[in-house]
Amino acid sequence: MTVFDIAKSFGLETRAGKDHLHEEVTGGYASDLLSDVIAHSRKGNIWVTLQTHPNIVAVASMKELAGIILTAGREPDSDTLRKAEEEGIPILISPLFAFELVGKLYQMGISGTGEC
Amino acid sequence: MLKRVRADLHIHSCLSPCGDEEMRPRALVSQAMAKGLDMIAISDHNSAENTAAFISAGDEKGLKVLPGIEVTSKEEIHLLAIFDSQEDCTALQNLIYQNLPGENVEEVFGPQTVVNERDERIGVNRRMLIGATLLPFEQIVSVVHSLQGIAIASHIDRQAFSLLGQLGFIPEGVPLDGLEISSRTSKQEAKTRFRSYQHYSFVWFSDAHRLEDIGTSMTQFLLKETSSGEVKKALHHEEGRRVLAA
Repeated sequence: MTVFDIAKSFGLETRAGKDHLHEEVTGGYASDLLSDVIAHSRKGNIWVTLQTHPNIVAVASMKELAGIILTAGREPDSDTLRKAEEEGIPILISPLFAFELVGKLYQMGISGTGEC
Repeated sequence: MLKRVRADLHIHSCLSPCGDEEMRPRALVSQAMAKGLDMIAISDHNSAENTAAFISAGDEKGLKVLPGIEVTSKEEIHLLAIFDSQEDCTALQNLIYQNLPGENVEEVFGPQTVVNERDERIGVNRRMLIGATLLPFEQIVSVVHSLQGIAIASHIDRQAFSLLGQLGFIPEGVPLDGLEISSRTSKQEAKTRFRSYQHYSFVWFSDAHRLEDIGTSMTQFLLKETSSGEVKKALHHEEGRRVLAA
């Protein structure tokens, strides 16, 4: 499954990284503490967060994540968008809160990284 | 002539919901002086409504008290903002109040007591001071600087409400004046752990919420006088001012 498949199934709007939606998604990670995402996310994960700060792009890029989904309809900061385009990191927007979104992703067959 | 100044610039009063009710002007100033401090700052969460009372109490007893606020950004990062003038500090408070949703629930978070310089309760702040503002971290730093204040990232070694905990690393080009490290991390440990941030000055303050915490962690500066402007020079190693030791 790719980021494109996720965006298509949920009708998510893509705000950045439109040319990078065909990365294979290896699993998911949900957290709003960037230090925690750095520590526990895995390469190819789709990341669910409400943080909109430009550092989310740097973290996604460093951890080679497949993309970021912002929850509750939050919009990325303008610097975040610019960086995401530069780094080729997809940013999608979901109107759902994290719990509902993660539940739906799980039902689609995207699982987490297991126990810490 | 430069002199050694012992400073604890991160102290909460009874206005912070998590601050002990004993943290009132006369009691707090006495304790700070007993601990040998030359200068303190009162930095409550998202408000400076008690700072004037503490400044008066300090003036009476001969302790320099600076007005400050520990601001919570929208990313839930704590930023220590310290000023020389109450007006500048109040200007920051006004911006915070326009961007701070919610009402305090005293039973859950604790009381937010406004006091006078004689330790008497004169009111209660009803805003949710423990909450986060809607202001981005970098914007707060920029506003603090436009008001001639000092911007120090609070307790960066802690996971909760810290710049490094919330954002993973310090975004490039944020003009912070310093990084505060809690008493949990020694100077030696900090040097290693935060090596990549050594271009910032490190400071240790107590983040006191109870009288007995005051001065348990402090930083010594070499300054011309006890002021926020002088501390800023020390943090940037200007005109011979510097951070001596924590």
